[in-house]
Amino acid sequence: MNKVGTIEAAMAKIQDGSTILMGGFGVCGIPENLVRALQAKGARNLTIVSNNAGVEGAGIGLLIENNQVKKMISSYIGENKILEQKVIKGEIEVELNPQGTLAERVRAGGAGIPAFFTPTGVGTPVAEGKETRNFNGREYLMETAIRGNVAFVKAYKADNHGNLIYRMTARNFNPVMATAADFVVAEVEEIVEAGQLDPEQIVTPSVFVDMVIKGERYDKRIEKRVNRQKSGAGV
Amino acid sequence: MTSASKRESIARRVAQEFRDGYYVNLGIGIPTLAASFIPEGCEVILHSENGLMGIGDYPLEGEEDADLINAGKETVTTIPGSSFFNAAESFAIVRGGHIDITVIGAMEVDQQGNLANWMIPGKMVKGMGGAMDLVAGSRRVIIAMQHTGPDGASKILKKCTLPLTGVKVVDTIVTEMAVMKVTPEGLQLLEVQPGFTTQQVLEATEADLIVKEPVPTCPL
Repeated sequence: MNKVGTIEAAMAKIQDGSTILMGGFGVCGIPENLVRALQAKGARNLTIVSNNAGVEGAGIGLLIENNQVKKMISSYIGENKILEQKVIKGEIEVELNPQGTLAERVRAGGAGIPAFFTPTGVGTPVAEGKETRNFNGREYLMETAIRGNVAFVKAYKADNHGNLIYRMTARNFNPVMATAADFVVAEVEEIVEAGQLDPEQIVTPSVFVDMVIKGERYDKRIEKRVNRQKSGAGV
Repeated sequence: MTSASKRESIARRVAQEFRDGYYVNLGIGIPTLAASFIPEGCEVILHSENGLMGIGDYPLEGEEDADLINAGKETVTTIPGSSFFNAAESFAIVRGGHIDITVIGAMEVDQQGNLANWMIPGKMVKGMGGAMDLVAGSRRVIIAMQHTGPDGASKILKKCTLPLTGVKVVDTIVTEMAVMKVTPEGLQLLEVQPGFTTQQVLEATEADLIVKEPVPTCPL
């Protein structure tokens, strides 16, 4: 088995109107090579499911600036000013989900669960139009699963079967996104032969992954560089 | 009182609520500052909802790693005994009631314990991030905020006017003026901060406060 592919072959899976799941938190652990290739390809009317929407000039920000995105399904879009302008003008639709609800909707999508009940958002604008139910005296909201046509994830290392390991908080949404799309592409910093990753350390088993690509260039932009001389612990 | 001294007195008092062995999530702003005042001999493990348990100090210059950030997207380090996990697991921790205390800021809180801190109608909405999950799922929610807004108006109300983040989720409110607790009877004034009187707190608060004299002063 060899799932090592090319970025061109990955792009062939994307069409106008595709729904794409993307890992990342802010611009940490984003599939930056796949995003740049997608910008070059120019596919339009995309729905992107991602916790955040990138920043100006990086990550999903590139696709937004290139007018490729029709809808964002996210939990926080505050860092992207160009997106703000497009939302105000009505050029992009944004569906805001509580972060845990977003993660669980995708998890459910990958786990064969069509919907679930959560206490998050009860009595808030998030609950509007949604079914609620009482379990053991507490009210819960019904939230439905999310799936994508394609998922783009970023891992640290892969083997040629598609087993993935991650690095620190660059893991974030990537393992969940990797479970919930019809075609899953993982871009990584290093590809090794099957057997060279310790099976005990695998975070995403190869069964979820359809294609592995070695990223050509990693900028790994830091959004907020904070150093120790500042008062307060790093929280 | 300067803004910095207000922030410090709030953070200092919040940190006194922590107990040894607690798992705590601190929101951005004043809540984060509470990490600087964790009492001596009290080991608190800090959760970052992007997938880290055991946040350490900020890194030294040159030791930042783009793959290691907190939920505010700042570069951080880890403590010995830390762990990484994915977003779904991170929020299973939150929603499943495994976080002992969440400390978070607010635009408005009311005497029923309702919280509004994510949107102002008519203004660009940036998103709720993890706030709704944290307040719905944590064992105890402490609000850390200045008592009044920039216009001097009370942020502690009889009833929130802004769209809510959570319904009946707040346990305790800590401001530069006072500590208040949501009880089945209503919002009770537990302590006044040093330099303030009960009368001053009552005048600065729109909500009805239950006052059981004598109201103690917060320990320094």
